[in-house]
Amino acid sequence: MHYNWHWKVLLETEPGGSGSYLHYLIVGLGWTLVTALAAWVIALAVGAFVGTVRTTSAGWAVRLGNLYVEIFRNIPLIVQMFLWFFVVPELLPTELGDWIKQMPPPWSSYLPAVMCLGIFTSVRIAEQVRAGINSLPRGQRMAATALGLTQSQAYRYVILPQAFRIILPPLTSESMNIIKNSSVALTIGLLELTGRARAMQEFSFRVFEAFSAATVIYLLTNLLVVLLMRILEQRVRVPGLIAAGGAPQAGH
Amino acid sequence: MGFDFDVIERSLGYLFREGMTFTVTLTLLAMTGGIIFGTLLAMLRLSAFRPLAMLAGGYVNLMRSIPLLLVIFWFFFLVPYIGAWITGASQPIRVGAWMSAVITFTMFEAAYYCEIMRAGIQSIARGQVWSGYALGLNYWQTMGHIVLPQAFRNMVPVLLTQTIILFQDTSLVYVISATDFLGAASKVANRDYRLVEMYTFVAVVYFIISYSLSLVVKQLQNKIAVIR
Repeated sequence: MHYNWHWKVLLETEPGGSGSYLHYLIVGLGWTLVTALAAWVIALAVGAFVGTVRTTSAGWAVRLGNLYVEIFRNIPLIVQMFLWFFVVPELLPTELGDWIKQMPPPWSSYLPAVMCLGIFTSVRIAEQVRAGINSLPRGQRMAATALGLTQSQAYRYVILPQAFRIILPPLTSESMNIIKNSSVALTIGLLELTGRARAMQEFSFRVFEAFSAATVIYLLTNLLVVLLMRILEQRVRVPGLIAAGGAPQAGH
Repeated sequence: MGFDFDVIERSLGYLFREGMTFTVTLTLLAMTGGIIFGTLLAMLRLSAFRPLAMLAGGYVNLMRSIPLLLVIFWFFFLVPYIGAWITGASQPIRVGAWMSAVITFTMFEAAYYCEIMRAGIQSIARGQVWSGYALGLNYWQTMGHIVLPQAFRNMVPVLLTQTIILFQDTSLVYVISATDFLGAASKVANRDYRLVEMYTFVAVVYFIISYSLSLVVKQLQNKIAVIR
């Protein structure tokens, strides 16, 4: 059994006529990154908020936060994708739902994909933020209170700045996860990198060239993310603190 | 737009007998295969023979750096070629979505189980290994009787949490048109044009199962913590 490699296919023009297949895949990477970045903003904002709330002394807010985390952690990503794409527009007021459904592609899949990935990842970030805050010595909070800071001031000036530095390494892997997970958006029609590799395979019948190219692009992207996050880690490091290492965790 | 939740009741038999059976069987097979292969990978990664350790490390890192969907596509097209290569056939052999899914998830999850088992093995005190050798046991006996049982035991909660993730991830076989729970629901949804009802129902079922399992894991974790 022998497979004839034909790498030049990457330079051939794709059927849409926008350029070579390689260009077609690179545009796909662009969509992957644009989706992941927008979702990352939502995930960080919501995740930081929910994670922080779950460490406060307000019982009802903690329970609400827990509920939020459990809901979005226990439903598969692809099902959540379908909920945002097929179900949410039907439950919204008719005009708003129709407006979303009638957006020109790729926006009609882009918006649900970003919301889905953002909320999905926010739950994981909320867990990290909570773990980061809980890992701080209790004396930090007590000292803040003794200095006369209110609870929100203690969070703003003492607890959160330290917690965020502690959780930078797990946040690195979350930012790689969000890039990988954005591929699930192909199921609602967003032509990101994996979707385009699949489409290229269907147009050109060059299966392994298409998937190899996509794999290499993903590997290079991961490398870039790791480098960027390492620079960030060094920039914000608190002198004297040992770099925090995480406990083994399940993931995907 | 009116909702019709009867569609769920009408298709319950199909959803669970066909779909959920597929999902659960796939999860259990991939979990068993993944933990066995993952443990072997972990032993390779920790082996003193560098080339083997690097090979296993390369495999694990590759699997962990690309999206599961891409891995599913890779194996869907690769397995027929590997099959032909093994059997010596001149044409790629036919492999159904089911077989392809089992192989994919075993190979993919093994990379994640490997990292968990590696952490588990590394958490065992070195003295245990030395005393094994001092007693005259060889590598496999030391691993099989002393290190792995303890490592496995310590890691059971994390392994189970990973299995819950695996259970959810199997829904991605949707992209190779397999009839898992989501696939079955999606077929009914598109036939009867009842997407809202079916996908909501799917979400609720997945939630109930995953959440219950996570409660079990939490309880187990507390139990193990007390014994230590």
